[in-house]
Amino acid sequence: MSITTLSRRGLFAASASLAAFSARAQQAPTLLNVSYDPTREFYREFNTTFASFWAGRGNPRPGINTSHGGSGRQARSVIDGLAADVVTLALAYDIDAIAERGLIARDWQKRLPQNSSPYTSTIVFLVRRGNPKGLRDWGDLLKQGVSIITPNPKTSGGARWNYLAFWAWALRQPGGGAATAEAATAQLFRQVPVLDTGARGSTTTFVQRGQGDVLLAWENEAHLALQEFPQAGLEIVYPPLSILAEPPVTVVDQNVDRRGTRALAEAYLTHLYSEDGQRIAAKHFYRPRDTAALRAAGERFPAIQLVTIDDAFDGWATAQRLHFNDGGIFDRIYRPGR
Amino acid sequence: MPGLGVSLGITAGWLTVIVLIPLATLALRPWELGFAGVVGALLEPRVLAAFRISFGGAIIAALVSIPIGILFAWVITRYRFPGRRAMDALLDLPFALPTAVAGLALTALFAPNGWLGAPIEQLTGWKVAYTPAGIVVALIYVALPFVVRTVEPVLRDLSLDAEEAAATLGATRLQTIRRVVMPTLLPATITGFALGFARAVGEYGSVIFIAGNMPMVSEIAPLLIVVKLEQFDYAAAAAIGLAMLLLSFMILLLLNMWQRRLRRGHE
Amino acid sequence: MTTAIRPAASDSWPVRWVLIVFAAVLATILFLLPLAAIVAEALRRGWEPALAAIVEEDSLSAMRLTLLVAAIAVPVNTIGGIAAAWAIAKCDFVGKRLLTTLIELPFSVSPVISGLVYVLLFGAQGYLGPWLQSHDIQIIFALPGLVLATIFVTFPFVARTLIPLMQEQGRDEEEAAVTLGATGWQTFRRVTLPNIKWALLAGILLCNARAMGEFGAVSVVSGHIRGQTNTMPLHIEILYNEYMFVGAFAVAALLALLGLLTLAIKTLLETLTDRRMGAHA
Repeated sequence: MSITTLSRRGLFAASASLAAFSARAQQAPTLLNVSYDPTREFYREFNTTFASFWAGRGNPRPGINTSHGGSGRQARSVIDGLAADVVTLALAYDIDAIAERGLIARDWQKRLPQNSSPYTSTIVFLVRRGNPKGLRDWGDLLKQGVSIITPNPKTSGGARWNYLAFWAWALRQPGGGAATAEAATAQLFRQVPVLDTGARGSTTTFVQRGQGDVLLAWENEAHLALQEFPQAGLEIVYPPLSILAEPPVTVVDQNVDRRGTRALAEAYLTHLYSEDGQRIAAKHFYRPRDTAALRAAGERFPAIQLVTIDDAFDGWATAQRLHFNDGGIFDRIYRPGR
Repeated sequence: MPGLGVSLGITAGWLTVIVLIPLATLALRPWELGFAGVVGALLEPRVLAAFRISFGGAIIAALVSIPIGILFAWVITRYRFPGRRAMDALLDLPFALPTAVAGLALTALFAPNGWLGAPIEQLTGWKVAYTPAGIVVALIYVALPFVVRTVEPVLRDLSLDAEEAAATLGATRLQTIRRVVMPTLLPATITGFALGFARAVGEYGSVIFIAGNMPMVSEIAPLLIVVKLEQFDYAAAAAIGLAMLLLSFMILLLLNMWQRRLRRGHE
Repeated sequence: MTTAIRPAASDSWPVRWVLIVFAAVLATILFLLPLAAIVAEALRRGWEPALAAIVEEDSLSAMRLTLLVAAIAVPVNTIGGIAAAWAIAKCDFVGKRLLTTLIELPFSVSPVISGLVYVLLFGAQGYLGPWLQSHDIQIIFALPGLVLATIFVTFPFVARTLIPLMQEQGRDEEEAAVTLGATGWQTFRRVTLPNIKWALLAGILLCNARAMGEFGAVSVVSGHIRGQTNTMPLHIEILYNEYMFVGAFAVAALLALLGLLTLAIKTLLETLTDRRMGAHA
C-alpha cells in the first residue's frame, strides 16, 4: 500500500512539473471526452457547436475527440491511463471509481450544478407495435410468456438503471420489501433470454434479431431506435413510475493539469448547461435540466413519477455494493438451485 | 552450424519482450488477493460454470472439427474437381476475417430470423443463436482451419504405396483406410485437435455476439475476465486469466505426450 | 491418374462425389454464407452508401492505422520467426522443445488475456505505469500498445510455417556451404532462403491477414478514440454500434476482401511451388 501511495505522490509531482511545461505550448488545443455508448449522436452535434462557440470568443478552434463504449469499460480505460480531459459517463459510481484512484477530486459531484448532471434520462419500455402483450407497468413484465431484453448489469450502466427502476417499483408494491423485491427481480431475469454486454447490443438483439417482447432501455435510446428503424414496428411505453437517471460529467483533474487544458475542459462542461447545450440535449432525447428548454420540448418528455437513486437506494455506492458487486443480490439471482 | 548465437539471441529477445514478460505479470498479479482469495475467486459457481462452458464448448467444437477437417483435407488433397482451389483458399478464411465480423455474420445467419436460423428452428425446433449451441458453432468456425491445416500435409505426404500394398494384399478399401490411413493420420489429428481447442477456448470476439451470455448457461470465461475488469477487479481478472492459461496448457501438454508416444510406437 | 486399375487404393466415383458434395455444402454453410451475409448487408442500399462509408474520413484513418500496425508487427514477427526457425531447425542446443512450446504459447492465450497483460504491465495501475506516466510515455491507448498486442497475437505464424519445413530439409546443404567457407549470413542468404522463400511468404501473408483482422486484444488496449486509435475491426464495431449497419458491413467486406486477396496470393504461391517441385521431381 505504502509503495502505491509513494509512487502516486511522485506522479503528482511529475505531473505538476509537466503542466508547467505544457502550459506554454498551447497553439492547437485538443480535448478528449470519454463517454458512454448512447451519447454518440448527442456529443457529435454538441462538439461542433461548442467548438464554434469557443472559437467565437477569440480562442483557437479546439479539436474535440470522443471515445464511446460501455460506461464501466470507459472508466477503467481512464484509470488505466487513457488521457481523458472530461468524462461524461452513465452513472456516478463509475466516476467515483476514477476519483478513488486520485485522478479526480473526491468532491467532484459538487463542482457543477444539479449533481454535475446537465441532462437526465429515465428507463422506458420499447415494445412491438400495438403492444401485443399489453405491457403498461413493471408488474406486466412478470406475466407468463413475456420475454424481456436488457443488457447485463455487470457490464452495462444502463442495465443497472433498468434493474434499479424495477427494484424501486417492486419496493413500492403493497407488502413490498427487500425480500419480495429480490424474488420479483429474480423472476424478471428468469424471463431474459439474452444478456448483451452493452445497451447498444441489446437494442440490436431486440430490433434486428427480433428477440423478446420488450426492451428495457434508456429513454433517449428508445427514441433513437424509433428514429433509426422506422420500419421495425416499435413503440415506446412509459411506465407510471421509473427512475431518474443522472448521467454525470466532470473534468479529470490530473489529466487537464498535465495537459494544460483545464480552462477549455471546464468551459466545455459549463456549455452543457447553456441554452445551446440544453437545446441539443433535448433534441437528442435527453431531458434538459433547464425548465425553459424542458417546456420547449413539450410532449417529447411525458411527466412520469421518477424516484432518485439517493432517495430509493441511498446513493450509488450503497446500491453498487448491495446489488452489483461480486456476491451481491444480482449474483444471487443466478446462483444455481433457484 | 554458425549463427546459433545471433539467431538464438534474436529469438530470446523477441520471446522475452513480447511474450514472457507480459505473461509473467499475469502470473504475479492475482496474488495480491492472497492464496485463499485466488482460490475463492476461482471457485465461485459462476466462474466454475464459465470454465465448464468454455472448456466444454472448445472440446466439443474441436471434436466436431476432426471429421469435418479430415473430410476437407481429404477432398482437397485427393480429388481434382472444379472449385478445389477456391475451397482450399476459403478454408483459411477464419484466420483472416476479424473475429468480431465473423461473430456478427454468424449471429445474423443463425438468429431465429436469419437465413439458417429460421429454417433450422422450423424443421427441428432447435435454437442455435443465443444458446450454448451457438457458442459451439462459432468455436467450430475458428477451430476448423487448424485441424485441416495440420492433417493436410500428412495426407499429402502419405504415399499411395502403402495403400496400394494393402490393396494388393487383398484388403478392401475400408480396411485400407481403417488400418493404414487412419493410424498414420492420428498424430496429426491430435495436434490439429490440440491447436483448434487452444484457439477455441480463449475465443471472445466471435462468441459474445452469438452466445446470449446468460450466467451459468452461456457465459464464457473470457467474458468473465472482461466483467471482472469492468468492476475494476484486476487481480480477479488476472486470476481467471491465469487459471485458463494453466488449464489449457495442461491439456495441451497431455495431448502432446500422447501424440509423441503414438509417433514413437509408429516408428 | 491410373486409379482405375487399383480399386482398393482409391475411392469409387460415387464415394468421391458424395464426399465432394458434402464438403462443398459444409464449406458453403461455414465459410461462404457468412461472407455472403456481410456483402449482402453492405450492399443493402446499393453501392453508393457502401463506398461512401469506406472513403469517409474516420474509415480512412482506421485503414491507415491498421496498415501501419501491420507494417510494424509483421516484419518484427518475420525476423523473430526466421531466427527462431533457424535456431530450432539448424542448430543443437538444450531446451529446444521448451523454446518450441513457448513460441506456440500465444496461440493458446485468449485475445482478451493478451490485451490484459499489456494493461497489467503498462497501464497507469500496472507495474510500469507510474514510471511511464512520469516520463510522459504513452504505451497503451496509443500506437505502441496496438502494435504490441498485434505482435503478440500474430507471434507464432511465421515461425510455425518455417520450422517443420526447415526441419524436413535438414542441414546437409548448409553444412556443405559452411565447409566451403561461407559465413553464417552467406549460408542463410544463398542456401536457406531460396529453399524456404515460398513458405516464408505464405507465413508472412497469414501473419499479415491475422494482424489486420485482430479484434479482441487491440480492443482492450485501444481506448477507442475516433479517428485516432481505432483500427478497422474496431471501427466496424463502432459503426455497428451507431446503427450504421451499411457502413459497418461495408468496411467489414473490405477487410474480408483484403483477407481473401491475401489468401488468393498464398494459394497462387503454393501452386507455383507445387509446379516447381513437380518439375524437379
